[in-house]
Amino acid sequence: MVEILSKALTRILSTIIPSRVSGRGRALVYAGLAIVLAIVFMAIAAPLLTPYDPTRRAGRSFQPPSWEHPFGTNNLGYDMWARTVYGARTVLIVVFLSIVLSMAMGVPLGLFSGYYGGRIDRALSMLMDAIYAFPSLVLAISLAVALGPSLFNAAIAIAVVYVPTYFRMVRGQVLSIKEELFVEVARALGIPTSRIIFRHILPHLIPTIMVVFSLSAADAVLTEAALSYLGLSVQPPTPDWGYDLYKGKGFVLSGYWWLIFFPGLMITLLATGFALIGEGLSEQIRRERL
Amino acid sequence: MLIVPTVLILYTLVFIVLRILPGDPVLAVLGTKNIPPEQLEQIRHNLGLDKPYIVQYFEYLWNVLHGDFGTSMVISGRSITADLLERLPATVELAIAGLIVSLAIGITTGFIAATKRDTKLDLGLRVFGSVTYTLFIPWLGLMFQLIFAVWLRWLPASGRIDPDVGLETVTGFYILDSIITGNMEAFRSALSHMILPALTLGLVLSGPYTRLVRTNLVKALESNYVLAYHARGVRGSRILLHAFRNALIPVVTYAGLQFALLLGGAVLTETTFDWPGIGTYLVEKVSYRDYPAIQAVVIVFAFFVGVISLIVDLIYALLDPRIRY
Repeated sequence: MVEILSKALTRILSTIIPSRVSGRGRALVYAGLAIVLAIVFMAIAAPLLTPYDPTRRAGRSFQPPSWEHPFGTNNLGYDMWARTVYGARTVLIVVFLSIVLSMAMGVPLGLFSGYYGGRIDRALSMLMDAIYAFPSLVLAISLAVALGPSLFNAAIAIAVVYVPTYFRMVRGQVLSIKEELFVEVARALGIPTSRIIFRHILPHLIPTIMVVFSLSAADAVLTEAALSYLGLSVQPPTPDWGYDLYKGKGFVLSGYWWLIFFPGLMITLLATGFALIGEGLSEQIRRERL
Repeated sequence: MLIVPTVLILYTLVFIVLRILPGDPVLAVLGTKNIPPEQLEQIRHNLGLDKPYIVQYFEYLWNVLHGDFGTSMVISGRSITADLLERLPATVELAIAGLIVSLAIGITTGFIAATKRDTKLDLGLRVFGSVTYTLFIPWLGLMFQLIFAVWLRWLPASGRIDPDVGLETVTGFYILDSIITGNMEAFRSALSHMILPALTLGLVLSGPYTRLVRTNLVKALESNYVLAYHARGVRGSRILLHAFRNALIPVVTYAGLQFALLLGGAVLTETTFDWPGIGTYLVEKVSYRDYPAIQAVVIVFAFFVGVISLIVDLIYALLDPRIRY
């Protein structure tokens, strides 16, 4: 396991700081990383970036952006910049949890299903395809409703929705890799199957898993925002971009643009950041394969 | 794709999720107020929740197959089927408008990018295609409302039609209805209410089409048959037409696959614009924890996804003369 992780890390690092990586892919990865890391920094350093508490009145209500309140204040007089920086924590926690969970379910299932084949593989594939074909947001909504609104439950709901993405990709790759000579050799040498799967096949999948990881992180950001926009994630007054955007919706007609513009911009930025990393990495892989 | 198993799997999944997971739906709806246990039993009995799960499963399936989604748990006796039928046209109208906008934007930008390949314009359009995809729908919708409804006052901010225009509903599709009844005022109103939601949904979903049309048109223009046309001295615009037609085939397949995204996006678009469709219905029911209604929406969506993939297969055959069923 440690070996796989260290290999993965070298792999990621060699993609990020490479000599052989060419133009466009690298530029995309850099741009995406810059955005994501800036938001991660915001989340970690939140108390240093603002003197205000995101859940306490900081001044008059509905103040437009100023030096005192760079993102303005909302109907309760909360400082929106404070809510933005602390909100980064909420979204990052949910996204990280959900992606790790769906990877932990989807990758092993895909590995075993693809390697062994047979009836269980067919049944699993059908189940995963059905989930995959369905509007993920609607499925996440019904799961979040059944589990009850909370940060952790939102993460579970999002995780379930993205399991098929990992499953399909991993299974598809295993189907072709398992026919290769080195797998046959490993089998002939009597190496146990689980070792073949995790030590011989899995490392080949890591670049693709990285791509799916960042692309599904982008989707997870949007799904988390959608769930909290619909009131199915963290409960108020916890700062969260999707929820703040929903609150801002009530003041559209009053023209309080800062209550809408900033939370939505942050959601879009973070999603774009992850998507850029994913696209850059996949461009990189495509180039290597050529 | 196989419609029947897919819908059945989703039916089963949502049944399991909503019934077997922790939490009593009846208590969730009524709150944990002090309700006498006999009364709780009575409510459970009326909803059929006291039967074994397996019986509930097949009974409900039987009813659904006969178009009966049961009654709402919150407003007792309200038929869910009637609610859904009332809301369905709004969602379909929005989805079709969104699809048209996304195809128009995607195909145009993809076409321009492919014909101006490797120029700054091409790069710009490709970036546009990837960025629009990660826009958060409610954000885009609310910004449109701010700009076009609040500041410029060009278009209405939300809703589906002005209630004063006195539209007589025939099909439930307001734009169609206003044409049938010849009510020009209603037509204008319905159309102006449609523009912002359709633009929001369409813009967000257009990115993949840009990329798809560009890639396929580039591939088609490099293929041997295009070379052969050139050799025979066929006019350039005619060649482009041929290549373009072939490049559109994958777009149709993709449009079908993307229908699920379109429906998911419609939920967010509807809530943002207070559009009275299935999406807002779902969100309303979610806040009441009205389980039978939520279940019904999921099944209807699953059915939609299945039917659309069938339609896509048929259109595919029309576009590609090599395929015959």
